[in-house]
Amino acid sequence: MANKINMVQAVNQALMNEMELDKSVIVFGEDTGLEGGVFRATVDLQQKFGVERSFDTPLAESAIVGTGVGMAINGLKPVVEMQFMGFSYPAFNQIISHVSRMRNRSRGRFNLPMVIRAPYGGGIRALEHHSESTEALYAHIPGLKVVIPSTPYDAKGLLIAAIRDPDPVIFLEPKRIYRAFKQEIPEEDYVLPIGKAKIVQEGEDITIITWGAMVRDVQKAVEMVKEKDIHPEIIDLRTISPMDRDTFVESVKKTGRALIVQEAPKSFSVGSEIISVLNEKAFLHLEAPPTRLAGFDTIFPLPRGEQHYMPSPKRIAKTIEEIVNY
Amino acid sequence: MKLEDYNPLEDKIYRIMDKQGEILKPEDLPEFNNEQLLYLYRTMLLSRTMDEKQLSYQRQGRMLTYAPNIGQEATQIGSAYALEKKDWLVPAFRELGAWLVHGVPLKNIFLYWYGNEWGSYMPEDVRVLPISVPIASQLQHATGIGLANNINKENNVALTYVGDGGTSEGDFHEALNFAGVFKTPTIFVIQNNQYAISVPRKNQTASKTLAQKAIAYGMPGIQIDGNDIFAVYSATKEAVDRARRGEGPTLIEAITYRLAAHTTSDDPTKYREDAEVEEWKIKDPILRFKKYLEDQGILTQEWDEKVKDEIEKEITSTFEEIEGQSDTEIEDIFKYHYETMPPLLEEQLNEYKNFLREGEV
Repeated sequence: MANKINMVQAVNQALMNEMELDKSVIVFGEDTGLEGGVFRATVDLQQKFGVERSFDTPLAESAIVGTGVGMAINGLKPVVEMQFMGFSYPAFNQIISHVSRMRNRSRGRFNLPMVIRAPYGGGIRALEHHSESTEALYAHIPGLKVVIPSTPYDAKGLLIAAIRDPDPVIFLEPKRIYRAFKQEIPEEDYVLPIGKAKIVQEGEDITIITWGAMVRDVQKAVEMVKEKDIHPEIIDLRTISPMDRDTFVESVKKTGRALIVQEAPKSFSVGSEIISVLNEKAFLHLEAPPTRLAGFDTIFPLPRGEQHYMPSPKRIAKTIEEIVNY
Repeated sequence: MKLEDYNPLEDKIYRIMDKQGEILKPEDLPEFNNEQLLYLYRTMLLSRTMDEKQLSYQRQGRMLTYAPNIGQEATQIGSAYALEKKDWLVPAFRELGAWLVHGVPLKNIFLYWYGNEWGSYMPEDVRVLPISVPIASQLQHATGIGLANNINKENNVALTYVGDGGTSEGDFHEALNFAGVFKTPTIFVIQNNQYAISVPRKNQTASKTLAQKAIAYGMPGIQIDGNDIFAVYSATKEAVDRARRGEGPTLIEAITYRLAAHTTSDDPTKYREDAEVEEWKIKDPILRFKKYLEDQGILTQEWDEKVKDEIEKEITSTFEEIEGQSDTEIEDIFKYHYETMPPLLEEQLNEYKNFLREGEV
């Protein structure tokens, strides 16, 4: 049966699937129960699985995560929603001090099979605090996994993998492309491996490493440089941490050139990390300096300015040309 | 007893035994047999002696930073004793007595303070979470454990601790609020030992009592004499029974006093008067319990000396065993972050092991 759906629907399908299969999967957060979440990612879960397994919490992010820690210790698999990534910071203490550390400090006695989902990223003309991409904050913390899908197919396969993972996963959903396009995806369940990047498009002139909503913008840019006979290889990181270094290192060894495209601020970022890895692992293969095309090191502007902030396909195409012609 | 009879707004303190070991409320005296009473007394002595030994080892340079519990034994031991083995204990970091009661081996406790993560590795049948240093953050875990019990239809409860300073943290309020909303079987015990390092209780909140915060979250709250082991047990038992019956959480404020420093790095003479400490020494929870046991003819001097000797030996031999152990294995630093070690960590581990082959760090 055809199952042509967008990313929010894919997230919903993954949750449905896992709640159906595993009674210990419990979904909760702010407005996630009756209403099905502000983006409708958890819609119909309460109707289908009851108020005990899909419920609304009081408005308190720290307790949503902290309660999840206790539930995971006591045999459940909480999948919690932070309504927006920008609202996840009250839970930062729980995530850094407990979620990431419980397995290590208990020497494996208490593991936390929990998922913290959050819509993230800009480009939806949103209010303040609704547009940032702070994946690097979470990727910096040992003990966490950070996963970002870029398509409906990936969202379903990666979220199912995250829920089944024995370790805590921060699952960041690029809300700009929640409803941007539909994709024919399998109705039954499937798993995509966490910790494995995907070569979206093969090429030989330059390697572009990106993730989330930027994957599509990179694809557009690559179309633009085609006429100049430039054939980039596109890698979708899919998992930010633990990072699949081998895939992009091998690619850069082949192409000799690397561009990282991200909407997060440039400095101290995932892109910075990728360049460090390339320096360590592919130095002698480099034909040009590995480069970051990123958000500015500024506060994410309100909607009247956001078009300047995120790298556009045109800007990406120009940067590709510059690196190839270095 | 009835929790409802103790309106925390009235600043009424629940007490069964006074500081002379006299029973004020015989009708509330828990029905312990002699064996139980002597177990409680022995555990208080074990906790006290352990603290004294740790402080002395620390001064000798044989132990690292340590947070003693001296003066708070009744609060910890009386409350944990109200639990069954299947119940969960969610500590902060100053709950030695509770650890001992709920089955944490002495060896673990030494290991932890000696700087080894294996100290927090609990035996399979011991439902105690690792020490939680970030203040009040552990309370939410106890709420979550309780919520999971509700969902799983399990009949056990979670008991958790926080200090008077911890009640100012946002996590305290969020944990209690969630517990109230979801009616979780959670018992929150505030060890009001009068100081958060140097800041006195009165500077933490304008509330008359800490227990009254329960009212805002729709649960019973009670102030108890935390140095009266009978009152602590009796109030906690009532809270545990309520929780087990599905009636939800309870907040208990145990009024006690930290007779020693915050940790071995702290100098309490900077922020409190000797006279105040002396006053609380008269209210020592072990002294009054001992007096009661002697008056009842349950405790003899001979038993007391024999047990003190046993405890001394047990502590000394456990510490010497720990002291003789080597440092953390390199693999152990890496091994427990994820179920499967990611290639990145494997690489860092192997690089470092290669470096070590060339000799010492």
